[in-house]
Amino acid sequence: MTEPRALADLIDGRMAGPDGYMRISVLPPIWEELAAGCAAGLHDLSALWADGKGMRMALSDSARGLRTIIDLKAEDYPSVARHHAPALRLERAMRDLYGVNPIGLPDTRPWLDHGRWPGKESEQRYEFLPVEGEGLHQIPVGPVHAGIIEPGHFRFTANGETVVRLEQRLGYVHKGAESLFVGADIERGTLLIGRLSGDSTVAYAWAYAHAVEAALGWPVPPRATLLRGVMAELERMAHHIGDVGAICNDASVIAIHAQCALQREDVLATSQACFGHRLMMDCVVPGGVAADLSAEGIGRVRGLLGRLATARLEIQRVYDSMPSLQDRTVTTGIVSPALARQYAAGGFVGRAAGRAFDARKVFSYGPYDTVEFDLKTRSTGDVDARLLVRLDEIGESVRIVGQLLDRLSPGPIRGESPAPGEGEGAALVEAFRGDVFVSVRLASDGRLARVHARDASWFQWPLLEAAVEGNIVADFPLCNKSFNCSYSGADL
Amino acid sequence: MRSFLRDAFLKGMATMAGPAPGAPELEEVARALGERARRRLGRSLSIREVDAGSCNGCELEIHAINNPVYDIERFGLKFVASPRHADVLLVTGPVTWNMREALLRTYNATPSPKWVVALGDCAANCGVFAGSPAVVGPLANIMPVDLHIRGCPPPPLDIVKGLLALIEAKG
Repeated sequence: MTEPRALADLIDGRMAGPDGYMRISVLPPIWEELAAGCAAGLHDLSALWADGKGMRMALSDSARGLRTIIDLKAEDYPSVARHHAPALRLERAMRDLYGVNPIGLPDTRPWLDHGRWPGKESEQRYEFLPVEGEGLHQIPVGPVHAGIIEPGHFRFTANGETVVRLEQRLGYVHKGAESLFVGADIERGTLLIGRLSGDSTVAYAWAYAHAVEAALGWPVPPRATLLRGVMAELERMAHHIGDVGAICNDASVIAIHAQCALQREDVLATSQACFGHRLMMDCVVPGGVAADLSAEGIGRVRGLLGRLATARLEIQRVYDSMPSLQDRTVTTGIVSPALARQYAAGGFVGRAAGRAFDARKVFSYGPYDTVEFDLKTRSTGDVDARLLVRLDEIGESVRIVGQLLDRLSPGPIRGESPAPGEGEGAALVEAFRGDVFVSVRLASDGRLARVHARDASWFQWPLLEAAVEGNIVADFPLCNKSFNCSYSGADL
Repeated sequence: MRSFLRDAFLKGMATMAGPAPGAPELEEVARALGERARRRLGRSLSIREVDAGSCNGCELEIHAINNPVYDIERFGLKFVASPRHADVLLVTGPVTWNMREALLRTYNATPSPKWVVALGDCAANCGVFAGSPAVVGPLANIMPVDLHIRGCPPPPLDIVKGLLALIEAKG
């Protein structure tokens, strides 16, 4: 039995790098004790990836404000999932992509490798987990779904109407993104990172930019930092309001859906007018931003904030006045606080189940370290709580953007690019669905040697499996939409 | 709820005036009609969307064409839940090896005559993912494509104009 070790024991006077991460090299026994520490709740697993000839693990202890990247120089290494289940899919994925060998991995089925890649074809069937019991039947769904959503396979086992198990099989949109970063220059990396999950393009680009800036000591002008905040909050508000409508649509309340779709369109049209792209793709770049906000643009954003603030209250009032809608959302798809904690579930999935984590607050970064806003949480962990947290957060985003606009003063929007060189950096940025982690390693010629991005969905998808248990099949769309996990972001 | 109705009454329709079909798209569809001897499908088309590896950016904008501003259904274009009900496959993404079979099965499940629309730069030429070992190649290498709508992602108005070409083309 491995004794759990706390991160705090390992620090020993070490200083964090410019990116806020302490880098510590360990031997396998300590690695395993840290993994057991995750399971014991001493710290959170934030990411786990293969790099070069070894493994890296990002661990964080939010109570002490500690963030570390643990480095183990071995490809055959003690499995983290053996102690801490949330690492399971990460380890299965890294095994498929890099051939690393987590010793003691409890589930050795491939994850991203479907036996279709040229040179690695395999006819082996993917065995779903066995489910036994009287009167059970299975419903296979996907990868092509009924709606306009991303592909993935859901294997439901149901007893009549009631789901007794959901097992997900993902990886269909695996594009080999990580392999494309290797040897690419920083600009091409910017294009790629912005297309890992299109709905979080601003957040990913920001995290990547932070990591590159930390690696090279690239200064960012204050105006650019403020504009990044404006873009990230526009992205957050667009998806929050859109998804609130989509959840109501899954309960057949089309009036709210139409209202929300109009508000969402308002945000995207404003983004287009102000920054030149509806989703603000490629607008955040290392060193700053690629699009400035004109005086007219500031007026437009302020107008949008006013409309959104009013619409949010009205949508919530209508939602509150419809018991038939709440009948579908309240007590549906419950995530327990214990599971949210264990999986370190980010975003509204965690916050709706009492996990008070938001990268903007807990490991705060500019401009959020100087603006006033509240971290909104709920405790019931159901569809209703996730929806309400998102409505609350729209209100907070309106507050944030207002403050950022007040502080905008003229100035450059991109810092002078430093000389290319070797370096490493990592960053955690709060996307609309939760924290995204990006780690960048630059080779001596200034090109990218390794980029790893961990979407919030890695730690949310498994909770959807748990949340659906005991619900009726017909409520799955509501549960799924209330999570809105990214397929592309997690399939890499 | 009454507030929504009052708003709708006071502010008027949110829906924009219908655009003309895109000229390059009209030309491409007309060419496809000539070359592949497909007959026009009529003025009402059912569309089945297939994400074959997209980053979900294209899906966001396809959703947008269903919102009250663009309201694609007023032109007789509607999205359906099954390929068996579809006239048009609207495909996004660079086509990953992991999605290839599901995409082909969806194509085969769509009754003829059918159209294939490649939406977004990825479906046209794999976009930023070109050269990845996990990607099969542009959609046109896998199935006959009748229309390309370019962009990363294409804005909703471009998608509407492109799709209108399907019903406006003179075969």
